[in-house]
Amino acid sequence: MTLSAQSLLSADSLAQIDKEVAKYPADQKPSAVMAALRIAQVEKGWLAPATIESVAQYLGMPTIAVYEVATFYNMYQLEPCGRHKITVCTNLPCQLQGADTVADYLKQKLGIGFGETTPDGRFTLKEGECMGTCGSGPLCLHNNHTMHAHLSPETVDKLLDELK
Amino acid sequence: MPLITIDDQQIEIAAGSTVMDAARAAGIYIPHFCYHKKLSIAASCRMCLIEVEKAPKPLPACATPVTDGMVVRSYSAKAVEAQKGVMEFLLINHPLDCPICDQGGECQLQDIAVGYGGVASRYAEAKRVVKEKDLGPLVATDMTRCIHCSRCVRFGQEIAGIMELGMPGRGEHTEVMPFLEHHVSSELSGNVIDLCPVGALTSKPFRFSARSWEMARRKGISPHDGLGSNLALQVKDNRVMRVTPVDNEAINECWLADRDRFSYQALNSAERLTRPMVKDGGRWVEVDWPKAMAFAAGALKVIRDTHGASAIGFIASPHQTVEELYLFQKLARALGCENIDSRIDRVDFSGRRDGVEWLGMAVTDLNKLDRVLLVASTVRKEQPLIAQRLRQAVKKGAQVNVVHCADDDLLCSVANKLIARPSDLVNILAQVAKAVGADIDGLSDVVVSDAARAMAASLKSGEKKAVLLGAVAQQHPAASELHVLAQAIAKATGATLGFLVDSANAVGAGVVGCRPRQGGLNAAAMFVAPKKAYVILGAEPELDAADSAVAHQALAGAELVIALSPFKTAGADYAQVMLPVAAYAETAGSYVNMEGRLQSWCAAIPPQGEARTAWKVLRVLGNQFGLAGFDQDSAEQVLAEALPEGEATVRARLNNEIADVTVAHLNAAAGIERLGDTAVYQLDAYSRRAPALQVTVDGQVGHAAMACGALIARLGLSEDKPVKVRQSDAEVVFKLMRDDRLPDNVVRLAGGLAAAVQLGPRFGPISLEKM
Repeated sequence: MTLSAQSLLSADSLAQIDKEVAKYPADQKPSAVMAALRIAQVEKGWLAPATIESVAQYLGMPTIAVYEVATFYNMYQLEPCGRHKITVCTNLPCQLQGADTVADYLKQKLGIGFGETTPDGRFTLKEGECMGTCGSGPLCLHNNHTMHAHLSPETVDKLLDELK
Repeated sequence: MPLITIDDQQIEIAAGSTVMDAARAAGIYIPHFCYHKKLSIAASCRMCLIEVEKAPKPLPACATPVTDGMVVRSYSAKAVEAQKGVMEFLLINHPLDCPICDQGGECQLQDIAVGYGGVASRYAEAKRVVKEKDLGPLVATDMTRCIHCSRCVRFGQEIAGIMELGMPGRGEHTEVMPFLEHHVSSELSGNVIDLCPVGALTSKPFRFSARSWEMARRKGISPHDGLGSNLALQVKDNRVMRVTPVDNEAINECWLADRDRFSYQALNSAERLTRPMVKDGGRWVEVDWPKAMAFAAGALKVIRDTHGASAIGFIASPHQTVEELYLFQKLARALGCENIDSRIDRVDFSGRRDGVEWLGMAVTDLNKLDRVLLVASTVRKEQPLIAQRLRQAVKKGAQVNVVHCADDDLLCSVANKLIARPSDLVNILAQVAKAVGADIDGLSDVVVSDAARAMAASLKSGEKKAVLLGAVAQQHPAASELHVLAQAIAKATGATLGFLVDSANAVGAGVVGCRPRQGGLNAAAMFVAPKKAYVILGAEPELDAADSAVAHQALAGAELVIALSPFKTAGADYAQVMLPVAAYAETAGSYVNMEGRLQSWCAAIPPQGEARTAWKVLRVLGNQFGLAGFDQDSAEQVLAEALPEGEATVRARLNNEIADVTVAHLNAAAGIERLGDTAVYQLDAYSRRAPALQVTVDGQVGHAAMACGALIARLGLSEDKPVKVRQSDAEVVFKLMRDDRLPDNVVRLAGGLAAAVQLGPRFGPISLEKM
């Protein structure tokens, strides 16, 4: 096991993690693991093993325990992905509102399937689970943070044009 | 106390207990996989579902607390239906490969499937297949068989103190694995083999060599550290095939250190000595026993008659049995020789000691301590299960304070630590002594640091306390000064003074008199002023001695060396006679552990080849000289003679007090120095001949020279590269590894290494040079 004293994360990310850690009692630093992974992923784009090790060291956790969390939730990205990750909800309520059409359109337009990245590294397409706002389906999530509702082939075209 | 009814049986049990606890107390078996008495509750397997009156659904017995008046049915129709349902789910992904599975015959899943499984599976879809994991040389995996009970994961977190295995993934995609391709490196890792209820984790050295029902289980005691772990030696065709623990709450609970578990490999080593051998014109010749004995006795007699009995040295390994050590010293004394010792790795014998050093308390008391001062102990590697007990104490709020030469990770939180070079150790401990206001002379010039003051504050609080001296403290060149300081600290703080005894029968050796008395020489003195002849029982002084180079020179230059050993490589280059004696599993015998507990066992297998039990060999040697009192017929008779009152005789001789020592070595030496503590798998003749242990992470690290990054950089060296190590005019090449837990100017190079014999003392000046 390598003991790198220097964390791979930027000072800005570490400051954000510190803010999350401060929300919990001093002896329960590991409680901030999900937030820390999220912040690390925003900085690095994905969670490489070395990034996970950095988070573990910073929170004083066994690396495997951090890895458990990272593999449990599907919004953590464990492989490199495109600049724009588009996650389309394919659960039943969205499906009934035409999610399949939207997904097929995305696949055809980008030339990739779910879990794949365009050769230019611009887009990654992912299949998502219910995002909790079924009333505004079909839905997609851009880079885990921005939600786009009421999708149709036209709105998808507009969205893809905006994402450079 | 709540009164509950399980299967019409009324049980009164402490509030806070679970239904599983109550059932176990009443002797009612509830099927389970994830539940384990020593681990936390997971309730993940659901096999222990039971029916509770007024509860709408079946509840897991392991996670349901008892309430007064609770009525539980463990095999009602509803409970059994639930259990059968769980079983069907568990078997969905489990391969039907019992005939080629090592767990077959001792598999909980197999057993419970007989009771609760269906005749055929209704599942026709594809089964889950999991990629194999490489966990290192001790634990074999077959992860497709895993049923996700998480026992191995919890063991790492809760007992071993290091979470090396985890369960990444979710649902069906969950897999037990280490992070990336890391090996499991814990010194307790073998326990996951016992914990795994299926064949997912099995023993790599044992794999595919026998079935559980083909082996007889015979009781034995571990021949390594001073704990005396209880072993089940599993024997097939007069061969020990594997070793598993025997539950003993007072000693090893249900665990074993890897050293105890895998060292049996040495019993079947190609290095075993199976026939007596005599050196004839520089060549080893196999002879029969009468010839060998006549030669040994005759040659020894010549030495005694020409140079006197004091020209002989008797050196025994502290891993030999009470019976053997008793007859060994009896033989020496009957021959008129007082040069008898088993403390081969010690160098400082100054001061007046009135008894045999021991733990000072019961092993179970360690769990109840509030404050601990560990003095120069690499406890995790020396006594892995003692470290485990201290870890449990820390969980209950104990504060562990560490004074040592290396900041080794104890895998538990440490309240205060003072890490210094070996030559600075006396000064550091003196600071703590001064800070606690110990009544001891010679500390007026000692400057107390803040860290020492903090440690003193910790030691002054709390109720139950102990000051424990580890192996490095006992092997240290100023061991007596450390002892007297520790004694003063213990007195000032109301703590118990104890020794973490590092060999299986060091206490027994002391009790039966394997120590020089008036006019005799101790082990170190016997090598510094070489003797004409040596009789060696089980020991390898050229490896284990405090100064291996001096010991080797003395042995090589002696006119006669008689080696009684199970191994032909021990003493082959300097002995004149090698007498094959039985290994620990092949002889009846007894050990006294560090708490003064006497444990006896019977031979599990016959000695290999023509080897004889050592006590018989010693008895016959006595007969050869025509000495009186060498006519014992059994090991029991020897034991009765050695310890007439049994454990009471032992207890009467235990005493940790020391007097007549002046604290003088308060100034650290200049320059780089060696820290030569014993590597975990170089402790004794058995562990160093177990191939599986040697290729573990610990086994490999034990063969390297280690230094901190700052020292490596200052000397212009590079880590993970060979480096010339120079000590006392000798030069040997070792791999240099970086360990930032070492203080500056310290090179950690284990004692007991064959490659390091010429380097000499375990402590003292050393230098590193670029290749």
